[in-house]
Parts: sequence; structure tokens; C-alpha cells
Amino acid sequence: MADFLFEIGLEEVPARMIAGAQAELEQRVVKILERERLMRSGAGTKSFATPRRLAVWVEGVAEQQEDVAEELVGPSVKVAYKDGVATPAAVAFAKKAGVEVAALKTITNAKGEYLAATLVKAGREAAEVIAAEMPKELAGIYWAKNMYWRAGRPERFVRPVRWMVAMLGEKTVPVEFGGYVAGSVTYGHRVLFGEKEIVLKAPGDYEDALLGGFVIADVEVRRQRIRKALDKVTRAGDLKGSGLRWREDHELVDKLTQLTEWPSVLMGGFEKEYLALPEEVLVTVMRDHQNYFAVEDKSGKLAPHFLAVLNTEADEAGVAVIRHGNERVLRARFNDARFFWEFDQRVPLNERCMLLENVTFQKDLGSYAVKTGKVRKAAAALAGRVVERGLEVDVLALDHAARLAKADLTAELVKEFTELQGVVGGLYARAQGFPAAVGDAIYDQYKPESMEDGVPRTTEGALLAIADKADTIAGMFGLGLEPTGSKDPFALRRAANGIVKILAETKVTLPLKLDEIAEMGSYDAAVVAKMRGFFAERLEFYLKEARGQAYDVVKAALAAGASDVRDAVARAEAVTAVRGSDDFVAVSSAFKRMKNILSQAREKGISAARGVDAALLTEPTERALADRSAELADRVYTLRAEKSYRAALEEIATLRPQVDAFFEAVMVMAPDEAVRANRLALLEKVLGDFSGIADFSEIVIAG
Amino acid sequence: MTEIAGKKRALTFQELLFTLQRFWADRGCVLQQPYDVEVGAGTMSPDTFLRVLGPKPVRIAYAQPSRRPADGRYGENPNRLFRHTQLQVILKPPPVRIQEMYLESLVAIGIDLKEHDIKFEEDNWEWPVGGAWGVGWQVMLDGLEITQFTYFQQCGGMDLDPICGEITYGLERIAGFLQDVDSIYDIVWAVEPDTGRKVTYGEMRLAEEEQFSAYSFDYADVGRLWEHLNSYEAECLGLLSQVKDFGEMDVLKLKRFPVLGAYELALKCSHLFNLLDARGAISVTERVGVMARIRTLVVGVAKAYAAQGERVSELAS
Repeated sequence: MADFLFEIGLEEVPARMIAGAQAELEQRVVKILERERLMRSGAGTKSFATPRRLAVWVEGVAEQQEDVAEELVGPSVKVAYKDGVATPAAVAFAKKAGVEVAALKTITNAKGEYLAATLVKAGREAAEVIAAEMPKELAGIYWAKNMYWRAGRPERFVRPVRWMVAMLGEKTVPVEFGGYVAGSVTYGHRVLFGEKEIVLKAPGDYEDALLGGFVIADVEVRRQRIRKALDKVTRAGDLKGSGLRWREDHELVDKLTQLTEWPSVLMGGFEKEYLALPEEVLVTVMRDHQNYFAVEDKSGKLAPHFLAVLNTEADEAGVAVIRHGNERVLRARFNDARFFWEFDQRVPLNERCMLLENVTFQKDLGSYAVKTGKVRKAAAALAGRVVERGLEVDVLALDHAARLAKADLTAELVKEFTELQGVVGGLYARAQGFPAAVGDAIYDQYKPESMEDGVPRTTEGALLAIADKADTIAGMFGLGLEPTGSKDPFALRRAANGIVKILAETKVTLPLKLDEIAEMGSYDAAVVAKMRGFFAERLEFYLKEARGQAYDVVKAALAAGASDVRDAVARAEAVTAVRGSDDFVAVSSAFKRMKNILSQAREKGISAARGVDAALLTEPTERALADRSAELADRVYTLRAEKSYRAALEEIATLRPQVDAFFEAVMVMAPDEAVRANRLALLEKVLGDFSGIADFSEIVIAG
Repeated sequence: MTEIAGKKRALTFQELLFTLQRFWADRGCVLQQPYDVEVGAGTMSPDTFLRVLGPKPVRIAYAQPSRRPADGRYGENPNRLFRHTQLQVILKPPPVRIQEMYLESLVAIGIDLKEHDIKFEEDNWEWPVGGAWGVGWQVMLDGLEITQFTYFQQCGGMDLDPICGEITYGLERIAGFLQDVDSIYDIVWAVEPDTGRKVTYGEMRLAEEEQFSAYSFDYADVGRLWEHLNSYEAECLGLLSQVKDFGEMDVLKLKRFPVLGAYELALKCSHLFNLLDARGAISVTERVGVMARIRTLVVGVAKAYAAQGERVSELAS
């Protein structure tokens, strides 16, 4: 047994791809070792990644596969020998087994006496197996974007390979890939350590040897080092005790973890005058364009500082130089932003609306001016619905917001910082004296942009966001541009996910159903039908991904309705809450049985009676089921109407003794036609009465 | 220019250019002069766009003024120019140590790497009109993007084999950084050795920025720009229509067939498009169509250039 280490050295891998590739390499190495019987189950593994390397370490790998004995069974003895002489069948078998006929043995199995041979497959050396298998696995790693890199070679990889390490214990394993043969030499930090070789003696040396080369190979250690340094530098820079904090930003911490091998942090500052620009603009410039963390004071207000994560460690003088450089760049960026902000103010949003005639939304759907008209209509219709149902909406503000919503697409600031569309419009609306309800709705119109993003803060914002997204989906679907497979160039899934999330999570419940929204944006029945299906699919996704519901619970809940989002969430959660109880499990499996019986009957052309005839209920257990379920149905209907789903489900579970007894004593498919039809009708009624919250027959019962 | 006591004087703009050119000449690059037709990026010079095609190894470097009419700011913005200068280095096939060589070039212009923060951040390059793209990085020095480093993959819609390493330095950015000035116009371009007089970037180029911004935003005659565009396009298409006859041409006629001339015409069209765009004369709906027209020219030239090269070597062997 020896530990195994593999490292592939690359020119800087894109930060967004590193985590996935790290996991995939580890999984592929483990796959080889397990498949080839070189790794015992439960053996320790660990993976590493920096911008310039991916590595995997595996504990206790066998240096040699064990020999495997395999028994090959041949013809029966009766067939193999005629009068004590081997028949052609025996000879053929011996040849196949690679032994003399005389060396064959006889075994006795259930069918009688048979010829057999024991084959011994000699184990190969681990190094040989790894060297043979590893290149295929490396070539199979998925990259979101890759490149050709060697002349005359069809292979593609994320970036050029620069070196490889493969060691089994102290010996190197000659894995060949991309023109390199793996050895025991790795390299340290580009600048801090240079091009000097680091020669590894054994796999266990890896992390320490790299530390000596100014590389922290362990991603988690690097992440923690960055977080700690951010804390420390912020504290140290807080000279006036104003309680400075860096603004938490997981994504940025992740990105910088993947952009550095030896991170350190510095704090820089900028002139206070820039704080007159909106915070969103400042933060976007810092975060999206410079990878800087914003800093805030105790009250949460932006402070004139930023934090930069460096891929180096400099002395005090060096830090001063680097800080100066970073401040210079940021000042120039802020200057640009301020220039655009002031420039944009010369043309008010009202006038910008006119310019939208010239901005294409989609070539077959026309300009953003056309889209604006449609969104206004849809928003008004949605508002009408919710007002009817008693929700308060500032209809005028909503219409105003819908009219101005896309005007900021003509602003220079948005052209420069596209991620600020909507936000800029909202800020300009406020600056130009529109009511807060208008500005906020414009500001929030693209929300939520992801599963993690928040939903619009106001009802007007939510309605505008829904109208805009639904219009886009309806328009694209109308052109036959639905997302297919992994392709979703117009982000329609994200738009539909957004609608679902808004319906599920706004502070004030929006009394709107997905089906109504599907109808709002289009009059084409085919498009409406497609949209309904699409929304139901996104609701399913939402329940699973955002709410963590099990797939069978989601299916069960959606079978009882997939249009009312909040209701579906509540029903799914109620099912999850009760699904563990024995009674519920028993009732669910009984319901599944009922459903099967009914569908089998249907297949045979046997139909149920129109209704349950009490006179035909001959058996006491079926009478008990009918009585008890009728009694329960009333209570369950009431609880359902109150949306007390969990209580309703608990009631349903109490039906267990009656269903159990029924199936024990009653044969549904009775010979008498009338009795049979009546029993089928009883099952239909039970299923119908109790499947309004979820179709329990979808619940998968463990074991 | 700030001169910090005890520190080496930062390079002037022209010394920066000399040093980088010397550096790459010493590593086998042929120094070419700037291309004398308007281009929007150093990549569009035929020394990149056409030389990356085909199997022939190339090492070449040149400083290329790049014109982007829409980026003009009348000389009022300290960081933006209608015309800036790129130093373009093409290495086909890329040497294994290309990144290290690049870092050495930074040392050569006075950047002590240990005193600075350098990151290679993913930034892929694409010129859809030329059917050209590559993967690579923006090189960040203390938060400033100083270089686009690209492994060129396709050109004219054709896979490159071998691929090509392209290093594009933004000279104004780097000079501003080295000299620590807040405005491009304050960059010292040269120093007269006898008088010590400093000639600034502004002195050399501000008038151009002011006038060309005004020209492209306010004065250019839209009708005439369209006429120019149509007429250059027609001539380019006329040449490209003869490419189908390559098979019948003898070697001399083939070698003399002006694919390079067709490329200049295509570049003219591209620049006219940019001018019309800056002038606000191209509606969004038209935009796609005009870009497709120019793409036809540019990609057509790349294909013609490749076909010409292949046919000539066939005839020669």
C-alpha cells in the first residue's frame, strides 16, 4: 500500500471553472482506482486546486492488483464424454479456458455434473493501470470553454498543460498527457517562487512542499485565509473607530479564492466626493469590475474604502505601491461613472422612452417601445385581477413604471455597466422626481435574477416584474424559441423561475395563479398551453431546488394542482411533514393499490358505478370504509378550505384501520357485476375525496 | 512625471515602445510598422488577421494605432481615447514559456514583479465580424488591465493549426501607470536631452482627439459615409467574386491576385461602419444587417487568403 498523488499544472484556469474541475478530477481518479480494485472503500481522499493546478491525493492505494480467480462452467459431463472419450464440446471448452482437457474438473450444481475450469487473472501493477487509464479520464474532463493548443493535435483542453505529477508512494507513475510525462516535479508561485523546481519525495509532502513555494493548495484554507485577512485589515484600517466592516460577498470570496495561490488583503481609499454617486454604482464598479470588497460603517453606509485581495505578499513599501495603483484605477473608473451619470441626466426618462423605438428587443418582436406597450397592458390586466380580489395596488404608479421601465437602456451608464439596468432607471426616476412607488418598481423589475436573489419589494414592482417576464416568455414561445436541453439563450427558464419565486415569496400574497399569467401575455391557445406546461415545470424545479422537497412529494403535490404557487408549496410541505408516520405510509400504499385496481379495471373495460349504492355494500369492512371515509371527507374538506393541510393529512391517515381491513376482507373484483361496479365506485370516491392536497399514490415508500 | 527620489525614472512613452519592441525583437519577432489603414484593433491588421492563417510559423510585433470613433470624448475624459496605441505581438506557434516571456517583458519596462500584484483573469476575445475568437486572459497589474493575452483559435471561421499566441499591450495605460499620471494627456512622450523639455501626450495628440471626436459625432456627412461604404463594399465584392477562378489561374497570376487589396477595402468598410455608428446613423435594426455585410467581406477575404496560400504551395510543389 502506498499513497497516490496526481497533479496537473496548467496556465491560469478560469476561476469559474476550478471548483467543478477539482471535484471531477477527484471523482475520476477514485473511479479508476475503485474499478481496478486498487482502492479500498472508505479510503481517505483529498483534492486541491489553485488557478494553476488541480490535484488529488488518495490514501493507501494497492501497488498491485490482486490475482482474481474466476470459475468457468462448461458443458455437462454427459455431453462432454461419449464412452469415456472427450467430445468436440469438451475440447472446445478446454480451448476456450486455455487448458488441456485433462486439466478440466467436474463440479456438481443444481442441474447435475458439469465440466469447469478455474481461470486466474493475474493482477497488474497499479502504476501500469493508472498510466493506461488516467489520460482518458483527463481528456474527458468537462470544460465550459476549451481550446486547441498543440499543433496538429485534435485534442482540446481548458488551457495549456505545463507539467504533471503522478506518484505512487515514492515512485513516479508515467502518466502521459498533452505532450508531458508525469514525474515528481511541481512548481510554486509564479512571482514569489519563480520557475524553480519543487521535487516531491512522496505524496504526503505535497501540501507542505507547496507552502514552501508560496502556494496554498487547499482551497478551504485559502478561503479562510482571505476571510481572516479581510477582517483583520478592515479592523486595522478603522482608525477613527467608526466600526468599519467589509461587506460580506460569498461569491466574490469564492472568485478570489480561485484567482490566488498566496492571497493577502490590502485596504485602499477613495475621495469622499464619490460617495455622492449612488451606492449601487459604486459597489458595481468595485465588485464587478475590480473584484474589490465594499466597506461600510456601523450604520451600514458605504465608507470611502475598498478591500483588494492580492495574489502576492508584499512588504510595507510594496503594499503602498500596490495600494496606490489600485486607488488610481478605481478613481479613473469612478470618474467615468460620474461622467456617465451626469451626462445621462441631460435627457429625462420621459424623453428616453421615445428613443426606445430604435432599440430592438428581438428582431421579430420589434423594439422595446413595442414591448413597453405590451407590458403596460399585461401589468394593467394583472393589477385588475388582484384589485378585484381585494389587494391594494397603486395602479397609476404601476402604469407609470411600466411605461418608463426600459428607458434606461438608452443611458450611457447602463451601456457601461449592463448589470445595472433597471437599477439605473429606478435611480433616475427618483432623481427626476417620480413617486417612490414608480422608482422602486422600475428598480426591482428584473428581480429575482437568480434563485438566491430577493423578490421585488412592492406589489407594483412584483406585478411589473411578472408582466415583463411573462411577456418575454410569451413572445419567444410564440416564435417557437423555447429553451431546449441545456440551451436557453433568452434566459426564459430564469424568467419563469422568477415568476414562480415572486408568487411564492412576496411579502403580501399576490392572489394570482400561474395559469392566469400564462393567459395574460398571449391570446394564442397553443402558446398558452405551452406556457402552462413550462410554468408547471418551473414550479416543480422551485419546490425541489428552493424548498428542498423530495421529488415524489413534489409530484404528489403537483398532481393535485400546479397553478397556485403558494398553495402548492403549503401542500408539499404538509406532505413532507406527515410522510414519516406509519399510518400515512399505510394509507399512501393503500391509495396506490386503489389506483392500480381502478386502472386495471379500466384497461379491461370494466367500469365503476356512477355512485356508491349503500344497499350494495355487502361486507361489513366495506361498509365501515364507506361510512368512515364519508365522515372524514367532511372534516377534510373543511380543513382544506382553511388551508390546514397538515391537519387534513393527519385526518386522512386515521383512515388506516378501515383501509387495511377493507383490503384484507374484500375482493374488489367480485364476480357479481353490480357489486364489483359498486366497489370500484367506492374506491373512486375515496381517492377523489382525499387526493385534493396531494396524490398519495405518487409517494415512494422506502423499503 | 513624478520622480520619486532614489527610484529609477519611469520610461517615456516612446522609451516604453522602444523597450518592448527591442524585447520582442530579441526573441525573434520581426518588427513591422503600423498598418496604414484605419483599424479598430491591432488584431485587424493583416499582420495578425491574415498571418495567423495557415501552417507557416510567424513571430511579429508592431505598434498599431486603433481607432474607435464611438469611444471619442472630445479630449475631455482623462482615460478614454478615440485613438489609442496597441503593441501587438504575434507568436505562432506559441512558445511553451510564452507567459514567462511576457512577464519578463514587464520586468524589462521597469516593473519589479515582486513589488506588484499580477493576476491572469479569464477574458476571452471575440471579433464576430471576422469569424475570429480566442481564449485567454486580461492581465491585471495592481487592479489595472494592462494586457489582453489570447490564444487565437479561429479566424475567418476557420480553425487555426497551429494556434497562435497574441499579446496586446495597451501602451497608454502602461505608460500612465509607469509614470503615475492621472490623465493620459499628461504622459511624457519624450524628453529633449539637451533642454530637458518634456513633450507630453496631450501636446502630440489632444488636437486630434478634439477634432476627430467632433468629426465623428457632429460633422461627418452621413449620406456620403454610406456612399463610401457602398462603393468600397462593391469593389471588395468584385474582387471576391473572382476567387472561384483560383483553380484556373497560373501561379504568377494567382500570386498577384490582390486578396490583400480586398482586405483593405473590407477594413475601410468596417471603419465607415464605426463612423456611422458613432454618428448615430445606424438604427439597431439596420445594425445587424450592416454587420452581416461586413462579415461577408472580412470572412470572404480570410477564406480567399487561405485558399490562395494553399493553391500557391500546391502549384509550387
